[in-house]
Amino acid sequence: MVNTAIDARGLTRWFGEGDTRTYAVRDATFAARFHEMLYIVGPSGSGKTTLLSIISGILRPNSGTVAIDGTDVWGLRERQIAALRLGKIGFVFQDYHLFPTLSTRENVAVPLVLKRVAWNEAMRTADIYLDVVGLAKRAGLPPTRLSGGEQQRVAIARAIAAKPELLILDEPTASLDGDTGRKIVEFVKTQVLDDHTCIVVVTHDDRIYSFADRILHMEDGRLLDDGGHHA
Amino acid sequence: MIGILKIAYRLLVNDRGKFIATLMGITFSVFLMVQVTSLFSGMMKKASSTVTNTGAKMWVMDRSVTNVASAIPLPDYVLDSVRSIDGVRYAVPLYSGGALLRLRDGTYQPVTVLGLDDTSLLGRPRLVAGNIEDIYAENGFIAVQDAEFPKLQNPAIGTEFELNDHRGVIVGIATVPASGLFGMPTLYTTFSRAAQYIPSMRYTMSFVLVEPRDAAAIPHIREEVAKLGYDVVTDDGFVDRITHWYTFRTGMGMNILMMTAIAFLVGLSISGQTFYTFVLENLEKFGALKAIGAKSHELVAMIFFQAIVTGLVGYGLGIGLCSGMVALAKLRMPDYASIITYQNLGLALVMVLVIAAFSGYIAVRKVLRIDPYDIFRG
Repeated sequence: MVNTAIDARGLTRWFGEGDTRTYAVRDATFAARFHEMLYIVGPSGSGKTTLLSIISGILRPNSGTVAIDGTDVWGLRERQIAALRLGKIGFVFQDYHLFPTLSTRENVAVPLVLKRVAWNEAMRTADIYLDVVGLAKRAGLPPTRLSGGEQQRVAIARAIAAKPELLILDEPTASLDGDTGRKIVEFVKTQVLDDHTCIVVVTHDDRIYSFADRILHMEDGRLLDDGGHHA
Repeated sequence: MIGILKIAYRLLVNDRGKFIATLMGITFSVFLMVQVTSLFSGMMKKASSTVTNTGAKMWVMDRSVTNVASAIPLPDYVLDSVRSIDGVRYAVPLYSGGALLRLRDGTYQPVTVLGLDDTSLLGRPRLVAGNIEDIYAENGFIAVQDAEFPKLQNPAIGTEFELNDHRGVIVGIATVPASGLFGMPTLYTTFSRAAQYIPSMRYTMSFVLVEPRDAAAIPHIREEVAKLGYDVVTDDGFVDRITHWYTFRTGMGMNILMMTAIAFLVGLSISGQTFYTFVLENLEKFGALKAIGAKSHELVAMIFFQAIVTGLVGYGLGIGLCSGMVALAKLRMPDYASIITYQNLGLALVMVLVIAAFSGYIAVRKVLRIDPYDIFRG
């Protein structure tokens, strides 16, 4: 049985050419297991977001490979990568990116609808996950009527509703006060993380480091740790 | 895919401000397009009113004739020759001309006079008062009760008038499917009386009306009439000829075309701009959908679905608004020349679909270019 959720090897990504070439990620190698909450931390501009984009099949690396649950991401065609993201990866964006003109329930159901789950079934499932994040009574409201912490929980419900194997949280506490941020991350760790899920958190908020199973430090595009390669 | 389209629909209609602004653009555009083209259709119907009211299947005329008002009198032998063509069931003369009427109070009123074949009265109108036989009575005329009727001072049976120093008497009141284009009242009488009362050139027949034995006889009748040096057209062909003349020889068609084009451009610019803004404001959300795993063709389907829904709803509202305006106008002005035809509706629908396709296209170009990586970078 494959226990490795992410197997990243020699990932390099640069922008620009010639004298203007800048390395955002340089020779990054690391692995992450299922039932592991992995933090990638570092200062702004260190390459965390670029690395996150590469491992989630959004930004193609100039060199290196990424396997998600044994599937070579960048060996797939564009449509297959989109299908992989939809089927195996859940995203919680820094700015949430919820649709203000959809109800909270409909927002949570979006990935399910994209997976061709029947509308009513998708809504029922969304209600279940809104209940999980404690927002069952807010299902009919638009996200604009919710607080920042509630919107974050809606984004989490949307990300986990499709039962992803890899959950990616990009700066989950950036828009929240310290207490709410801690509660959100604690919730994810205790309620979402299981034997079939790996959670990767990109942050530079050291108040939530205590929830990490492992922390990788990035600086100037390089992973400063050995990557803890488990493959 | 239905679920994805449902999301697209909710994204569209729940953004009420943008949705209403886009709808208003298309509605106004459709209203203008249908209003202008239906006005043109109404005017063409009126211009062809003599053809439709008479109901003859075929019309023989001089080759130079472009519309009913420009009839060139035909010599009598044409009638005899047409009657002798194999395939002609019957052929009768028709007089169509203008005259000046002196009413009871001494005022003058120009009128259109139609002189029907004395024997058959082919093309006679439907009477609402009086008897058709009375048209043979001394100085008998039938007045058409249409929007122009009051210009004759609402005559009743027995009302007298003067026509070129001849006494005339109203012996019947009739209705017809369409009134004329130029706002003149219409009088019916017999061919011989019309030719006698109204000054004319050497020849008096404006047209020869022909009833073919069957549709198969029409080509042969055409050939034989052509050999006589004249033209014969079906009623539909004559209507087309009249429409063609007004469209391309009077400038009316070009003006209508320009108005329609302006209406189209107004709709295109308002709706295109608003829809594009709507997509721009949701660009990050579409990028997020892409990051989550939405495929490009699904995003394209969402945007075109939104554009088409907006277009069709705007189309319906525009048609409704235009129909209401036309109905209201006809209540106040019975002579208002506007009819909404299937062709008008079809043209407006095509224009709306072009607007929707254009708006969708420019929005799709933007959405397909967005890189989900930008969503992560914020």
